[in-house]
Amino acid sequence: MTIGVVVFPGSNCDRDVRWAAEGCMGIPTRFLWHEERDLSGLDAVVLPGGFSYGDYLRCGAIARFAPVLEEVAWFASRGGPVLGICNGFQVLTELGLLPGALTRNSRLHFICEPTGLKVHPGACRWLSDYGEAEAISLPIAHGEGRYQCEPATLEAMEQSGQVVLRYQNNPNGSVGDVAGLCNPTGNVLGLMPHPERACDSRTGGLDGQRLFASLLG
Amino acid sequence: MVKSPPDPSSFSLPGALRQEGLTQADYEEIRRRLGRDPNRAELGMFGVMWSEHCCYRNSRPLLQGFPTSGPRILVGPGENAGVVDLGEGQRLAFKIESHNHPSAVEPFQGAATGVGGILRDIFTMGARPIALLNALRFGPLEDERNVGLMEGVVAGIAHYGNCVGVPTVGGEVAFDPSYSGNPLVNAMALGLMETEEIVCSGAVGVGNPVMYVGSTTGRDGMGGASFASAELSAASLDDRPAVQVGDPFLEKGLIEACLEAFQSGDVLAAQDMGAAGLTCSCSEMAAKGGLGIELDLDRVPARESGMSAYEFLLSESQERMLFVVRPGSEEALMASFRRWGLQAAVVGRVLADNVVRVLREGVVAAEVPASALADDTPINRHELLSEPPAAIQAHWRWSETDLPVAAAEGITPASGPLAGQPLSWGDVLLRLLDDPTIASQRWVYRQYDHQVQANTVVPPGGADAAVVRLRPQQGEGALAAASRGVAASVDCPNRWVALDPERGAAAAVAEAARNLSCVGAEPLAVTDNLNFPSPDTPTGYWQLAMACRGLSEACRVLDTPVTGGNVSLYNETRRPDGSLQPIHPTPVVGMVGLVHDLDHVTGLGWQAPGDRLWLLGMPLAGSAEDGRLGLAASSYLESVHGLATGRPPLTDLSLERAVQGLLRQGIAAGLVASAHDLSDGGLAVAAAEACIASGLGAIVELPSGAGRLDRLLFAEGGARVLISLKPEQEQAWQELLATSPPPGPAPLATPIGRVAESATALSFEQDGTNLLSLAVEELRTSFEDALPRRLAATD
Repeated sequence: MTIGVVVFPGSNCDRDVRWAAEGCMGIPTRFLWHEERDLSGLDAVVLPGGFSYGDYLRCGAIARFAPVLEEVAWFASRGGPVLGICNGFQVLTELGLLPGALTRNSRLHFICEPTGLKVHPGACRWLSDYGEAEAISLPIAHGEGRYQCEPATLEAMEQSGQVVLRYQNNPNGSVGDVAGLCNPTGNVLGLMPHPERACDSRTGGLDGQRLFASLLG
Repeated sequence: MVKSPPDPSSFSLPGALRQEGLTQADYEEIRRRLGRDPNRAELGMFGVMWSEHCCYRNSRPLLQGFPTSGPRILVGPGENAGVVDLGEGQRLAFKIESHNHPSAVEPFQGAATGVGGILRDIFTMGARPIALLNALRFGPLEDERNVGLMEGVVAGIAHYGNCVGVPTVGGEVAFDPSYSGNPLVNAMALGLMETEEIVCSGAVGVGNPVMYVGSTTGRDGMGGASFASAELSAASLDDRPAVQVGDPFLEKGLIEACLEAFQSGDVLAAQDMGAAGLTCSCSEMAAKGGLGIELDLDRVPARESGMSAYEFLLSESQERMLFVVRPGSEEALMASFRRWGLQAAVVGRVLADNVVRVLREGVVAAEVPASALADDTPINRHELLSEPPAAIQAHWRWSETDLPVAAAEGITPASGPLAGQPLSWGDVLLRLLDDPTIASQRWVYRQYDHQVQANTVVPPGGADAAVVRLRPQQGEGALAAASRGVAASVDCPNRWVALDPERGAAAAVAEAARNLSCVGAEPLAVTDNLNFPSPDTPTGYWQLAMACRGLSEACRVLDTPVTGGNVSLYNETRRPDGSLQPIHPTPVVGMVGLVHDLDHVTGLGWQAPGDRLWLLGMPLAGSAEDGRLGLAASSYLESVHGLATGRPPLTDLSLERAVQGLLRQGIAAGLVASAHDLSDGGLAVAAAEACIASGLGAIVELPSGAGRLDRLLFAEGGARVLISLKPEQEQAWQELLATSPPPGPAPLATPIGRVAESATALSFEQDGTNLLSLAVEELRTSFEDALPRRLAATD
């Protein structure tokens, strides 16, 4: 079991994902520089938080052209587990692996604080170790985390059980309290909260551990 | 030979001198040193190098009194940052720097580039930045301009720090009318050394290549250092081009690429380009190395065409560094920078002669002995007043007996906005919690990513100091559990400093050390940011001199040497009527400490119902006449009685040492459940904050016959800390106390109450009479709403 962690020049949570998975939970990781194409030997890929290429245009808008992401898209299409955290979620929507877009928080400010969430795992393989409607707490840290999509798209995702994480007290104005989404096949998960910041009792809770542990299951 | 025209008639000399902030006497000295007239570019080089910002021309004699060495100090003042030895092979680089003037003119970019600049100081040494803190000052939020400045500054800090991936873990914000229009933005950074050798800035090896890395050079930030050394006026807004624009994304790559390059061992010296850009970095590298540097401007990566030598030399474009590198390593180094999307070019070489020679289009555009620029720079001599200014002496005559009667029911202020209104002690406490300087800073810190790097042990607001785990981000140890941490705090009781600079500055050091001790950290060293008004007035210079005296003395007694810092003078605004509004003198003390065992990090909130409360430091009983504690210069006096007056308490440094030592011992022994220092608002505010942080109530018993009630509740000073202990630990605590002799007759700690068993209210009682009782929720509402309410609609 090895997790690939994509590194863009502006990624800043790449090492934190490695610490959570490998340092705290013993799951080996390998960094994937954005110009690489070799995903061989990887069992899952994480797109970590940060600002990929500076994100002056639109979060994730330039990152989607990275060579590594062509491979990640191919990996996902074959059912490989892909996790996009924060900026990684933004990249997944830009790539079209998940619908919708993430825009400036409703009150414009960047927000960093613990957030209460409800988990609805459905068919999402990353969340298989959580119970239906389980309440957990994960930190958020973003300025552009307001999820937006067409009402019909949201309706369809609600129906198919793709809205797998919801805010209890919506901090950013996301439609449908959406904090995380998965694709119809359940192998691609994008979420704004940071599960890797909740795997170490010294620095936060442990509510994020089961997300990475699901890969071992 | 200088080929470009040295003829001063090619430009207006008086205008150029004014623009560069130089005097006629400076000009004569420049001529003497060069043996000829300088040309315009050279004059610009002297202008920045001889500004207060670069050479401390007003403050240097005063800074020489600071203690700067100690067993843990590896690098003291003079390099890009100080470095302390943390033991176990770990070394910490840290420094504080101001960006006050740019932030006044363009708050977002001014503050953002302040963060970028201080980070470069850290990683230039070979250290990876692991934490940021900041100390901010604004005018009252009732004025919309101050609201705009605060929003811009906080957003700018957030923008840069969040993007670059360094957690902003702590800081302080305070408000006073003197900062209206002249906010203070001081940013502090900490970094963990990743290279074997500390990278220094002196040029080495004649003939070695000089390499430029990072961003391109443009016209932004022209003359920022000279600009930062003059007072602000309405016309300053026209200086917006003197404010630089930051690119944190580029800096993120620069951090990674520089640390990679340093690890190769091929970078022999490094200097970041901050104030005065290429001029300052070349001159400093040459002067420190006792060698020269030749710089070919044609090879400097330019952002725009048609720039003059003067513009190249004085540009303050951000995210740039200058290296001296090992010959033959150029290509490999440049490739590594390009991989991160950065510029890299060989732009010159090290010379045997001690000159800075600048070439432009094949001719010498400037040639100045490096020592003429950087050594024996002019000092502005000022006369120190032999006694305090009359206005200060008048303040010192104020006494607590001037206040109305403090009854069990409360007090009716005789002055200030509440004059004539009877106030209960509960009313007074709620008013203090609503004071923006005391209130919760959540509105500020929730905008900062304080968790990135996965080492933040204490969230902002959770303890008196920030604590970051010492787990490296890169290389060996990155994946190993780490049990040690570094703690940091920034402090300055500016009202105290305004009323007594010597006592106030000593108190700043004592408070920073006390804050570190409250989390269980051993204080190690200081970086200071002296934010002052003009030193050209007798009062201004007296303030600066006395503050330096207080700071030096306190650092000496508390064993926390000063490893460097920053001086920002001329912090004053010109009012429309032409008079000057100086800021409160604000010597911000940034202090770092070592946490030996993260298992014992102590927060400020109560931990369990029924825990016992003890007050460390001067006891409440018997303190009625003692000048080490009181209402003079207190938040209570200003907020409730509208009086910013009195002589602030004398900091008893030997009592501080004893109290802090006892506290750290108690924490290390696992006896202390919570610890919170008494600062603005005294005992009542400290107890309220511990209630708010935990949601638990408390009952505090005040001794009878111990003087004024408001003094018991709200006095400041006295080296005091409020702690809580589990009842079963109380005996062990008392045994520890018995082995810790106090420096005076009073005991080092006294019991004063308990965490409430069930009631979620804070109560103060005296002889069975209830003086104050407030629900924790009511306290929380005042405390948490104070800033959002004033910053209104946007959040």
